[in-house]
Amino acid sequence: MLFQPAVIALLLASLVSLAMLLAASPFALELVRHWDIHSGSERQLALERRTYLFSTLLGFVFATQLVSLLLFVFNADKMAVMFVGAMCAVGTLNVNPFGFPALIAQIVVFFLAAAWLVVNHADNRAEDYPLVRVKYILLLAMLPFLLGAFALQLEYFLNLKANVITSCCGSLFSEDNPSLTADAAALPPRQAMALFYGALALAVGSAVAYARKRHGGYLVALFSAAAFVAALAGILSFVSLYIYEHPHHHCPFCILKPEYGYQGYWLYLPLFAATAAGLGVGALQPFARVASLAQIVPETGRRLAWIAAGGFALFALVASFMVWRSNLILLEG
Amino acid sequence: MKTWIEKQKALIDFTLASLARRKIKNLGLLLVYTLIVFLLASVMLFTHALRKEAGKVLENSPEVIVQRLVAGRHDLIPPGYLEKIGRIRGVQKKEGRLWGYYYDGVLKANYTFMVPQPDALMAVESGKIAVGATMARMRGLVPGNTISFRSYSGKLFSFEVSSVLPNKSELVSADLVLLSEADFRAFFELPPGYYNDIVLSVANPLEVRNIATKLSTLLPDSRPILREEVLRTYESIFNWREGIVLVLLSGAILAFAIFAWEKASGLSAEEKREIGILKAIGWETGDVIKMKFWEGALVSLAAFLLGYIAAYLHVFRFSSWLFEPVLKGWAVLYPRFELTPEVDGFQVATLFLFTVFPYAVATIVPIWRAAITDPDAVMRG
Amino acid sequence: MIEVSEVRKAFNQGRHNEYWALKGISLTIEAKKVTALCGPSGSGKTTLLTIIGCLARPTSGRVRLKERDISGLPERFLTDIRRSTFGFVFQQFNLIKGLSALDNVMLPAYPLGGDWRALRARAESLLDSLGLAHRREARVEWLSGGEQQRVAIARALVNDPEVLIADEPTANLDTALSKEFLAILEALAEQGRTVLLTSHDPLVVEAAVIDSVIDMRDGQIVGIR
Repeated sequence: MLFQPAVIALLLASLVSLAMLLAASPFALELVRHWDIHSGSERQLALERRTYLFSTLLGFVFATQLVSLLLFVFNADKMAVMFVGAMCAVGTLNVNPFGFPALIAQIVVFFLAAAWLVVNHADNRAEDYPLVRVKYILLLAMLPFLLGAFALQLEYFLNLKANVITSCCGSLFSEDNPSLTADAAALPPRQAMALFYGALALAVGSAVAYARKRHGGYLVALFSAAAFVAALAGILSFVSLYIYEHPHHHCPFCILKPEYGYQGYWLYLPLFAATAAGLGVGALQPFARVASLAQIVPETGRRLAWIAAGGFALFALVASFMVWRSNLILLEG
Repeated sequence: MKTWIEKQKALIDFTLASLARRKIKNLGLLLVYTLIVFLLASVMLFTHALRKEAGKVLENSPEVIVQRLVAGRHDLIPPGYLEKIGRIRGVQKKEGRLWGYYYDGVLKANYTFMVPQPDALMAVESGKIAVGATMARMRGLVPGNTISFRSYSGKLFSFEVSSVLPNKSELVSADLVLLSEADFRAFFELPPGYYNDIVLSVANPLEVRNIATKLSTLLPDSRPILREEVLRTYESIFNWREGIVLVLLSGAILAFAIFAWEKASGLSAEEKREIGILKAIGWETGDVIKMKFWEGALVSLAAFLLGYIAAYLHVFRFSSWLFEPVLKGWAVLYPRFELTPEVDGFQVATLFLFTVFPYAVATIVPIWRAAITDPDAVMRG
Repeated sequence: MIEVSEVRKAFNQGRHNEYWALKGISLTIEAKKVTALCGPSGSGKTTLLTIIGCLARPTSGRVRLKERDISGLPERFLTDIRRSTFGFVFQQFNLIKGLSALDNVMLPAYPLGGDWRALRARAESLLDSLGLAHRREARVEWLSGGEQQRVAIARALVNDPEVLIADEPTANLDTALSKEFLAILEALAEQGRTVLLTSHDPLVVEAAVIDSVIDMRDGQIVGIR
């Protein structure tokens, strides 16, 4: 294990988030079992007040996840110097097989928390709180994901040993590496661009369609998830190349560094916001038929759909601008 | 959106007013909070600057150092080794180095005696020495003075101080004494042809490992030390030390969290009444939580800024006098050097997780508890 | 306007010190009238006031506000209704110490997020109309009892509620100030505001401005005048 501040901070943050939700889970169970909106009893009043604690806690976990996600990537980049052959975050994450899974698990927890907060927001606007049971069952269902993310992170850090020769981004994404990330990077630029712009167009299109006609909510979530994956694949296979102006430097993390003017944030912020909003539209759909939510779901969904459409469009524009500005030529003619 | 902003503005406004109304209590919290940030930030800024400093020193050091091992211990390089290395492809330059330690009974400190490389800027004539700034200060030396050292064989040698080394990077040159090769060999009674180690310059970093492999087959009793390995080791050691200090300070963080918890949950009767009034006149539980959130955010921001700036001044203006002896090492001659100021976003984020995060965790439940006060409580008297 | 039927309210439910403050109250409060709840302390009049004013929920029974059943609403929505429909004047005035009279008046509107300047102008004109123009910036603890009550009334009116609720408004006032309060009450009644108050002060209960008096004892209604 590498004993250093950022690692300790990251583990601490995940552990505390997990512990808080674990400590709160008996109360969530009680809520699921005894909730009765029509009762005026003191127990019901106490349960209602508890819901405020849970939304605050989840909001907190969400914010923590956001900060740790950033710190996790930064930390991986900083540690690269300690591993032979690792030149940036990709190399450090590859030091053992838990690196990338830990990162992905954190992203998943981030999106899950976002979706829960969206459902919570809608439910809080309906006078009879129709989703309380569903919400708290979902909350309990999220615990294993949090636990998994923490376990992966712990495994990753515990198994870090300096001086292991790892592949740096140059070799990881080379054509003969059969792993998933390498496949994405190995896409020829023309196909990658087609996939990239195609998926983004679908996501924007479905979100706009939902915002206008109020149907196809699940499609918005599906296309948003697809666009997220396609966007990452696109960053790996051509956007990053244009930013680095180097035909073989496929790295999704270095663009966050000051050497490249923090350009990555302009890409990732809209992308993450849009994906979270798009997934939120989908998360609301199962409840569209609940009587007291009949107005609220389309209304909240519409707002989220506009955020998703705007975010993906902004992301596509920023990426295109970076490609256009670059001196690198990948496609002839 | 506009309503939302107006609402937050109003809440912040009210929060500021209520913070100002409870100056004593809030100042106490702010003070402790700032102190915690200051301590942690000092440790982080200090180790980060040291790491950078070490990196800068190593930048100019040779890519490969070859040592000879006898019975597993570092030994002198006998004559003929330099020739044996001969020509290895990729090696730009190879040189033998001479250096040793000398114990000075006057200061009860160890000096490093060293012969500068032939092409180094600091050439020293026979009979003269150049000394590190810390040593010059401690012994009161200025160029032109004469100083005598008794060698390990008992003979007395006198040298004239020709210059004092610039203290740009005093971390490594504090106890340094530069002297000519002839003086060095005479002082330590080292026969000609012997060296402490051999340094190699390699232009292409990708070649370094190949050259190291060749060296170990060519001279089986030698140990090549690579600069990148030293760099990596330094990095680990500094990170490790920083981690240790933070763990030692975790007690302080915990104490701070408990303190914050107590401050947040031990609301005075006056404050409880106030929250009751707010709820009775139309504030919702969520509004009270938001108001308290802003309170926490403002206090955290203030403490973070104050603590960080104080730590910055402490480390870069006042030479980290608080814990210099703990972190810097074991030499008696403390280097007094100005670290190059370095602020790093990554570090700020880590520090944030170490300070604001525990504060938030400690206050979440007390805030919620305060916010769920019955709105009709004020009427029940 | 407000219909209360079979409302019961318990405290410390299920414990040995369980106590029923209201034991089945039914009544109707008409719009644009001044109604007084009258009874000794412990009769449940304040508890009834908190239930009608959406500060608390009944343990059982129904409360209807303009034909809408609000008895089962969670606190979040009760608060929403409360801040747009009801304004409160408390027995102890319950002003926040350390803040100016103007700030106190503006407080109920903060969570609504309206335009700050408009709010300030509204609060100032309310204070002016209650004869407190010169005391705007004074801290509330420096004000006299009568002035404090007028600040409390201004605060209750800042969100322009239809109903004004006052709990024992004259309990801390001498006769002269009580009469002053009744004068303000008359002005409000003339503006067409619904007023609901509790009192056992004969000066209030027998005043001409009161349209009806509901007598309470031991959590039950014993008479309507």
